[in-house]
Amino acid sequence: MRSVGAGEGRRAHRCEGAFARGVPILAFLAFAGCVRGPQSTFAGAGTEASSVEGLFWWMLWGGVAIWIVVLGVGVYASRPRPAAHDEIVGKRMILWGGVVFPTVTLAILLGFGLALMPPFRGPAEGQAIAVSGERFWWRVAYDVEPGQTGVARGLPPGGIESANEIVLPLGVRTEILLGSPDVIHSFWVPAIAGKVDAIPGRVNRIVLEPTKTGVFNGVCAEFCGDAHAQMAFRVVVVTPEEYAAEVARQASPAVLTGTRGEELFLANGCGACHSVRGTEAQGRVGPDLTHVGSRRTIAAGILDNTPENIAQFVRATGHVKQGVEMPAYPMLDDDELTAIADWLGALQ
Amino acid sequence: MNGAAGAWPVDYQKAANADWPIAPSDPRQEDPEYRKVQEERLERVWATPKGWRYWSDVNNTTIGVWYTAASFGFMLFAGVLGLMIRAQLAVPDNDFLSATFYNQVYTLHGTVMMFLFAVPIFEAVAIILLPQMLGARDLPFPRLSAFGFWCFIIGGVFVAGSIFFDSAPTGGWFMYPPLTTQERFTPGYGPDVWLLGLSFIEVASIAAAVELIVGTLKCRPPGMRINLMPLYAWYVLVVATMILFAFPPLIAGDILFELERLFGWPFFDPERGGDPVLWQHLFWIFGHPEVYIVFLPAIALIAMIVPTFARRPILGYSWIVLAAVGTGFLSFGLWAHHMYTTGLPAMSLGFFSAASEAVAIPTGVQIFVFLATLLTGRVTYQVPMLFVLGSLGVFVFGGITGVMVAIAPFDWQAHDSYFVVAHLHYVLVGGMVFPLVAGVYYFWPVVGQKRLSDKLGRIAFWLMFVGFNLAFAPMHWSGLMGMPRRVWTYPAGLGLEWPNLISSGGGFVFAAGFLVVVFDVLRPKGHVPVAERNTWNAGTLEWLAETEDKNWGVRSIPIVTTRYPLWEQPRFMEDVDKGRFYLPDAEENLRETLVTSVLDAKPIQCLRVPGPSWMPFWAAVFLGAVFILAVFHLWMATIVAMGLALVAIIVWLWRGTSFVPEKKEKDVGRGLSLPLYMSGPQSVSWWAMFITMTGDATAFLSLVFGYYFFFTIHQDFPPPGMENAPGQLWPMLSLALFASAWGLAVAANRLNRAGRVPLARLAMGGGGVLSLLAAAALLWAPYATGLDPVVHVYPAIVWTLAIWTAVHAAVGTIMLFYCLARSLAGKLTPEYDIDICNVALYWHFMGGTALVTIGTISLFPLVA
Repeated sequence: MRSVGAGEGRRAHRCEGAFARGVPILAFLAFAGCVRGPQSTFAGAGTEASSVEGLFWWMLWGGVAIWIVVLGVGVYASRPRPAAHDEIVGKRMILWGGVVFPTVTLAILLGFGLALMPPFRGPAEGQAIAVSGERFWWRVAYDVEPGQTGVARGLPPGGIESANEIVLPLGVRTEILLGSPDVIHSFWVPAIAGKVDAIPGRVNRIVLEPTKTGVFNGVCAEFCGDAHAQMAFRVVVVTPEEYAAEVARQASPAVLTGTRGEELFLANGCGACHSVRGTEAQGRVGPDLTHVGSRRTIAAGILDNTPENIAQFVRATGHVKQGVEMPAYPMLDDDELTAIADWLGALQ
Repeated sequence: MNGAAGAWPVDYQKAANADWPIAPSDPRQEDPEYRKVQEERLERVWATPKGWRYWSDVNNTTIGVWYTAASFGFMLFAGVLGLMIRAQLAVPDNDFLSATFYNQVYTLHGTVMMFLFAVPIFEAVAIILLPQMLGARDLPFPRLSAFGFWCFIIGGVFVAGSIFFDSAPTGGWFMYPPLTTQERFTPGYGPDVWLLGLSFIEVASIAAAVELIVGTLKCRPPGMRINLMPLYAWYVLVVATMILFAFPPLIAGDILFELERLFGWPFFDPERGGDPVLWQHLFWIFGHPEVYIVFLPAIALIAMIVPTFARRPILGYSWIVLAAVGTGFLSFGLWAHHMYTTGLPAMSLGFFSAASEAVAIPTGVQIFVFLATLLTGRVTYQVPMLFVLGSLGVFVFGGITGVMVAIAPFDWQAHDSYFVVAHLHYVLVGGMVFPLVAGVYYFWPVVGQKRLSDKLGRIAFWLMFVGFNLAFAPMHWSGLMGMPRRVWTYPAGLGLEWPNLISSGGGFVFAAGFLVVVFDVLRPKGHVPVAERNTWNAGTLEWLAETEDKNWGVRSIPIVTTRYPLWEQPRFMEDVDKGRFYLPDAEENLRETLVTSVLDAKPIQCLRVPGPSWMPFWAAVFLGAVFILAVFHLWMATIVAMGLALVAIIVWLWRGTSFVPEKKEKDVGRGLSLPLYMSGPQSVSWWAMFITMTGDATAFLSLVFGYYFFFTIHQDFPPPGMENAPGQLWPMLSLALFASAWGLAVAANRLNRAGRVPLARLAMGGGGVLSLLAAAALLWAPYATGLDPVVHVYPAIVWTLAIWTAVHAAVGTIMLFYCLARSLAGKLTPEYDIDICNVALYWHFMGGTALVTIGTISLFPLVA
């Protein structure tokens, strides 16, 4: 079985102009792979990520310069010397190096840093997307009412349900409402923006404004249990027109092929947890599978979406993803698993 | 020069600007035979018990060494866990560890490093060094130190050992609920082990903090005014005070957490009105100062090392003291920078970003004071300095990344990623581990009489320095490449392979460096020559330590008039050694040290300190049993253990405290006669009670904060149907009873002092009974109004406040009855009245607690 960390986005963005911003000294890190990979904060795929990246380089080089000076003074000062410096030199150094310089530098940095914030979390456009972090996957609902944040409340009901893959319109400020029915998770798409926690009993918001089309990785950044490491998702950035079409497609019921796979799916009780709109399967516990075939990954962003991987996952869920809540189905034989997997894979 | 007065080149009356008479030293001190008799007596009095009784010792040098060794042991254990983490993450999709086991490993790594190493090592080292630096024979409460140590080792072994039974906690060292509070997410004993084990250790930490604060304030040598204290003592004072205010909010959080976990009280369960974010506030109000609690004591070691190797006094003493105090204050205003991603309002983000940046300034001042001292000194370069410089390089880089993550928008990316893992290790290893190893190499001759190897020290340093940077520098990168922390595995193809592989390799090199240090410390040193006395030619009192280890601390307790007496007071060492200062003898065969006034260090009492005893050990064993049995829900056994712990503590107090001395005053030398017994604000125990209760009140106010926190997040609090609970009738009755008990406790103290003993006894007995009635009325109130703590957070927090107050009332009763018994036994008299004095002080806090509790639960709903 092959686990994948990246979807097509990785190939699309592989190392293009990775060090274009004048960071040749870090070039030795090139062997670390693609700086602008689909899960990197350097991918520059959103307004927030891009301006934070700029801030980071400023802080880094400024910091390195300060570090070199301080350490240089330290090494110089601790070398045995024939004559000591005058005390007044030392006192001036404490005043200028320890008080004046840090105060001025930090004040500038603070002003600059905080000035970045308001646009990041400012008002958004259009309908919101509700995202619920659940052990250990992401429930997604398009077209919910925006702006309903705060303590002692839950995510707005309704919307067009999907899971583990979020489609976003390019260049549009889209509000994501975040909540959780179980434990604290944290929603992070490093390529596009920073993270915000999904906290039970609260609704938080983040605004994503993607600036590149492609597929990017999202992860859970707050420890939430055994499968925390494998609670990922994909963000697919498309043009606004494609986005509208995609949401409309997600809203439609499944296009059923009426095969043995469907019978087995229903007969084995999968519908108790999963919904496939248009069938009797109306479960709300696990991910909605109405259009599962069109997603890029399964098992919350950890496996490529192939019938083999689906079959493998269903047979031994906990082996593929330790700590997962879905039980394994080792009692199904290969034919049955293949039938179910083929049927699910066809749910476009 | 021979002869008594002639041997006295310093006019200490003038030099110390003393307002107590300082006579010339006793001429007999010049007679070696006379001194030999004194020395034998001192040696006998301060001797460490032999055989199995060794473990009943309470002297600061013994306890300090046990404490230090145990903390280092835990550090090595947690280090192995760290290596297991690195082994697992060396390559993508690794299956060396399972997810569940990995989670136990990383949780214990953080927990043990923070709670069983970083904080205790400060207390351990301070227990060894502080009395020596203050020229004191011991800390004022040696048995409390021993109790703290036994609590620490029992709790520590329990928490750390849980991993061998596959039941270690898994929620990370900050244990966020509801993941950890609800059985459905985290079954088993893990979180209980964490909470109860650590609460127990927190008790030990606070005990040590009380001990160290009182020690610093009251046990300085005569003449050492507060502005002459060694910088280490300043740092101890700041850090111990921080512990006093930082740990109680965590204890309050632990109480709420454990009530939810054991009994289902829904403090963090949003479905029943709770909020998981409350835990984060309480945890980080502890957790951020904790970082400075770890870091400042290590800086304190540097503050002692740098002047020695710069061969000059510290430059900018007041700067660094102010900076340390300022860091302590500021550190309590930064906690929310650990919560930038929880959806805080922009206003808070701005405030906490600014405060987090601001703390870099006093930190910078401290670093520049060291640099300036080196620059203006004549440096000799030795192994400790190597580690100091390494610390500078690592810590400053951690500080710079700290400045980065303090900016909220950057933190949104870096938070909970490996960038933060890198940052915190740079700060803690650079700010704490490197200075600590510098301290080991520097102070080893004080403890082990020999110097450690120069060569091994250099090898260790380079392995550690290179290994550390290899291990942790790439983590900045992996974090920004999108690697979240606390993942047991990561996929290939994201550019994470190389940084992780390098980190893992570096981790093992770092560990190898540590092993070299361990080897250097433990290797047999038979052939190594004993280091000469004051081997680095330092200026402070701990270097009075003699080449042949003496338990008595200092031969005589000196008069100190300068910051570096060994450098600046002529013929100082000889005067100390010849017993020309105070307490050169132990005529009554009792352990004694001097108590001085808080600011000016004027000698005010000759304090008899207790010797070896098993009671601290048994008290710790039984108290430990309470916490451990509670983990496994063995309630009957828990209650029995509670009873035994109470008995042990009372026996300890009864037999070991507040002795009535055989005479009122004692000649301590140099024409000074000091009382042997003091009560009230002059006495060390009054200060200890005051300081303890300040911590206790902080925990209580944290619970009260919880009440108002829930009020602010709910539209209707109390919720519908509970508006009239717990009502006013019973709480008001309780308040009246509490007020009476309080009045009687205060009256008992006054009456006793006025010699009206029968009336005082009546007040003690009456106060004790009224206090119990008050507690009963307070508990009856929520019960009678039908408040069920399981259904909603409102009744739960009301019950919690009521129970907290009732438990304190019960303790107040026990205290008053104890005084009554002491009075009847003739151990508490109008003249010797420490017990009732301190109990009256307790009751001031008790009265305040009752007032706030009843005002909150009974009156606040009327106006809200």
